[in-house]
Amino acid sequence: MMEKMQFKLFGLMLFALLFAIQADAQNMQKGKKIYEARCLACHQADGGGVPNMNAPLDAASNVVGNDIARLVRIIRNGYNERIALDGFYYSNAMTANPDLKDNELADLLTYIRNSWSNKASAVTVAQVQSAKKKK
Amino acid sequence: MHKLSYFFTACVLALSVSAQDNAGLKLPAGFSATLFADQIGTARHIAITNKGVLFAKLNSPNKAGQTIVRMEDTNGDGIAEKLSGWGKYGGTGIYVKGNQLYASSDDAVYLYQLDANEEVTNPTSPKTIIQDLHSRRQHASKSITLDPQGNIYVNIGAYSNACQEKDRSVGSKGMMPCPILDSAGGIWKFDGLKENQSYAQGKRYATGLRNVIGLDWNNKTNSLFVTQHGRDQLNTFYPTMYTDAQNADLPAETMYEIKEGDDCGWPYVYYDPFQKKKMLSPEYGGDGKLEGGKNALDPLVAFPAHMAPMALLFYKGNQFPVKYKEGAFIAFHGSWNRAPLPQEGYFVAFVPFKNGKPAGEWEIFANGFAGPDNNKSPRGAKARPCGLAEGPDGSLYVSDDSKGAIFKISFKK
Repeated sequence: MMEKMQFKLFGLMLFALLFAIQADAQNMQKGKKIYEARCLACHQADGGGVPNMNAPLDAASNVVGNDIARLVRIIRNGYNERIALDGFYYSNAMTANPDLKDNELADLLTYIRNSWSNKASAVTVAQVQSAKKKK
Repeated sequence: MHKLSYFFTACVLALSVSAQDNAGLKLPAGFSATLFADQIGTARHIAITNKGVLFAKLNSPNKAGQTIVRMEDTNGDGIAEKLSGWGKYGGTGIYVKGNQLYASSDDAVYLYQLDANEEVTNPTSPKTIIQDLHSRRQHASKSITLDPQGNIYVNIGAYSNACQEKDRSVGSKGMMPCPILDSAGGIWKFDGLKENQSYAQGKRYATGLRNVIGLDWNNKTNSLFVTQHGRDQLNTFYPTMYTDAQNADLPAETMYEIKEGDDCGWPYVYYDPFQKKKMLSPEYGGDGKLEGGKNALDPLVAFPAHMAPMALLFYKGNQFPVKYKEGAFIAFHGSWNRAPLPQEGYFVAFVPFKNGKPAGEWEIFANGFAGPDNNKSPRGAKARPCGLAEGPDGSLYVSDDSKGAIFKISFKK
């Protein structure tokens, strides 16, 4: 009896895990599409950016960091200042993306934070919504 | 003892391998290259003295905290063994005229004095020749060259991509007239010796140039030649007019011969190398078919888009075969705005000249800077050609501003 319960529980957990992985894969795929359409031209296919001009996203401390609100703000509003990142400066103006929906922002950030050498937590729609409230 | 001899054998092997493989470069038959220096910092432009002492201007301080590096090959083996440096400000431009050494930050030009050994005498107290030039992040680097009369020409790049009301934004119109052009987007001329000059003392020599990084005075024509970085992102901002593939090929990177008062057309037009026409920019009502810029200069040479010409040098020496005499070498940094299509550039090109005019198609002279796996991403490339200098013996030096290599290219009959 006990064994059977454990087995059921294990099955349920496995199912949940599989579902989560699948959801992640879907989010990553959606995020990738947005990245290719809006970000790749400047930040490049390898996420490496362009020295002195366009900041790298791969192995960038603030991209894999915890300040989701700042990332959401930069993607939505663009960026028009010289930015210091991990000891280097980047000067190009970044285009604003005010039309991206909350789920799109979440997918895009999930993709960027988990591509190339990046391994950081996925970003949820709830996190994007609370980030937008912070301003 | 054995270990030591193994070590020496390994060193000799390593040296002979690097000599045989031309420091990783692919060169025309008869040419060879050495790695003159390596990892000196973000080496932008380079300049050389009559005795062959090479100076590099760094974009940011290197590990030793220097922004100007002096390199000397004391035993003539093609490798600099005597390195020193000074300077606190980053920048791009450097130029040697006799015993005077000019160097630029992103908003000023300084003048240093060299002694009989071509060592700098005033590393911490240069004269300020030009100051307070616009440095507004984009295209802020100041390239410099001098004419035989001692006038100095400075590129002041446009702090914009296409003079949109809101830079690099979808749907934002081009400003008419473009207000940037009064103080940037052109070449300014100053006295090479007067101190503390700025816009009021200088003269706008040519306009309508988005960003010139390569420039050189041509003694044959007695005129200034420049290479322009064409505008970016036609597909990003006008996806209904330009496909990714069209953006990868448009507009051309261009070379102009400049006379005082010339206008090269930015931001109102860009050059289409396939139609061989100046096209009205989409920010100003263009659609890829409408022409514009009736009074703007036509380029002398059109290179593929986005390759980023960083340095221009007219070859004066006699070491290279006669074909190269008086021709133009151009260092191409390598593209980023061809993405998602494969990047291009990361080589040194050559354009033959006769009587001061291009006399044939451009060709790749030195290639392989991207490295053995040919990674042509801006970050992944092993080296990005940025500066050119011709040594007193006619050898050609190429600087790399990503990892800080200096290549010396020579010809042996």
